[in-house]
Amino acid sequence: MIPASFEYVVAHSLDETVGLLAKHGSDAKILSGGMSLIPAMKLRLAQPAFIIDVNGVSGLAYIREEHGELRIGAMTRESALERSSLVKHGYPILFETARVIADPLVRNRATIGGNLAHADPANDHPATMLALGATIVAHGPNGDRLIPIDEFFPSFFASALEPDEILTEIRIPAPGVRNGGAYIKFERKVGDYAIAAVAVNLTLDAHDTCIAARIGLTNVTDVPARATRAEAFLVGRRITDQAIADASRLAAHESDPKSDLRGSAEYKRDLVRVLAGRAIGRAVSRARGGSH
Amino acid sequence: MALRTVNFTINGEAKSVQAESRQLLVHCIRETLGLTGTHVGCETSHCGACTIHLDGEPVKSCTMFAVQAEGKSLTTVEGLAVGGTLNPVQEGFWEEHGLQCGFCTPGMMMTATALLRTVNEPTETEIREAISGNLCRCTGYVNIVKAIQYAQRKMHATPAPEAVLQGGD
Ligand SMILES: Cc1cc2nc3c(=O)[nH]c(=O)nc-3n(C[C@H](O)[C@H](O)[C@H](O)COP(=O)(O)OP(=O)(O)OC[C@H]3O[C@@H](n4cnc5c(N)ncnc54)[C@H](O)[C@@H]3O)c2cc1C
Ligand code: FES
Ligand code: FES
Repeated sequence: MIPASFEYVVAHSLDETVGLLAKHGSDAKILSGGMSLIPAMKLRLAQPAFIIDVNGVSGLAYIREEHGELRIGAMTRESALERSSLVKHGYPILFETARVIADPLVRNRATIGGNLAHADPANDHPATMLALGATIVAHGPNGDRLIPIDEFFPSFFASALEPDEILTEIRIPAPGVRNGGAYIKFERKVGDYAIAAVAVNLTLDAHDTCIAARIGLTNVTDVPARATRAEAFLVGRRITDQAIADASRLAAHESDPKSDLRGSAEYKRDLVRVLAGRAIGRAVSRARGGSH
Repeated sequence: MALRTVNFTINGEAKSVQAESRQLLVHCIRETLGLTGTHVGCETSHCGACTIHLDGEPVKSCTMFAVQAEGKSLTTVEGLAVGGTLNPVQEGFWEEHGLQCGFCTPGMMMTATALLRTVNEPTETEIREAISGNLCRCTGYVNIVKAIQYAQRKMHATPAPEAVLQGGD
């Protein structure tokens, strides 16, 4: 499994990266963790003529709260998200997501920016970022551009990044009062992509009425997508077991899984129902102040 | 195809090698440097037989280009024993029969060595999680876990574990 030949360039700054991207256009690919790109190159599914290694660009790996947001640098490795106590305690949905991505060896290299830029509906971060209502920061020739996550996955395996833009940061609104989230993934074995997974982020008022809800789905739609009917059903409703069951059924209807080696479409759709129920339940209990 | 000069240290020794951009690090280690302890199992980033330490962290060397090793410190299984003395993890695999065919063993030992350097007293669950990217088709993992627990006990019985657990940067 030998990749096709390419020219390798190490970029040392964002401006240099953008300059190289502008010069080489769609012949060039950014190399971050390499955990999606290199396997694809080995299979010759990807044959970029230029590889721009951005591991030498400093200042792109950080996790900090600022301006009422959690800001994560694109080059932050999954292992760093997993080890961050800010993430673990403040954003358990994100901790749960990072922990189930691939395996620990892959997580030592894989980056959150690469996971989103790859725009693979089987990847785990897209659903979680959809649920969290994240904003993507893209850096291009004219500086920074903010892209709402709802506009970031326009079509199959494509992101909203322009060919001369690099994803630099992910911004997540800090959780308000009585807000809770959860990510639950079902996989055949460690290191596999999800058979299905559901990300839920919701807010309750003092009387347990849901006042905001976002639900993201993994690997059961062509592009990373939200279960908007299930969300709309929850909002304005008092959270009861029946409401959770009904919302989960709607989420399952909104999924559009394909039969493959991970299971039949029917099985996966029912799995979405079960996982949505569990994820809503866990998010609700977190919103109420419990940890699970 | 143009070759590039790549400089790094491996098992404490500075090396300068010529590599084509597309050469995978594992092939540079095995073929250019002749260090064949690092194995190629799946070639598809799934099995962990190719695990090495990159600046002290366990990574899959089949999923990196050799040119990415520029300026880095690498350790392979050949770098674990010091002066002919096995490191505690290697000794554990010996004592607890942590291998059968041995194909996964170098990768397992690299992951285990890194784990015991970062987590003082990992639970069995933590050990199993840590090696979950290293596949073994023979042992059923039970003796591998025992081998790592042996190493952990051995390190705690010794006054300066850092000095004993060699390997890595
Ligand atoms: C065995 C295995 C199992 C896996 N299992 C899972 C899993 O269960 N869940 C999951 O979510 N993922 C999984 N992955 C994928 C892994 O998380 C990838 O690392 C991730 O999808 C891409 O991140 P990366 O940093 O490695 O990106 P790379 O592989 O370096 O890049 C991926 C793509 O994104 C582009 N890109 C990278 N960074 C940027 C940037 N900053 N700006 C613009 N474009 C960029 C690249 O040009 C490339 O097209 C698995 C990978 C392996 C090898
Ligand atoms: S050979 Fe590298 S993971 Fe299998
Ligand atoms: S001992 Fe044979 S694969 Fe592990």
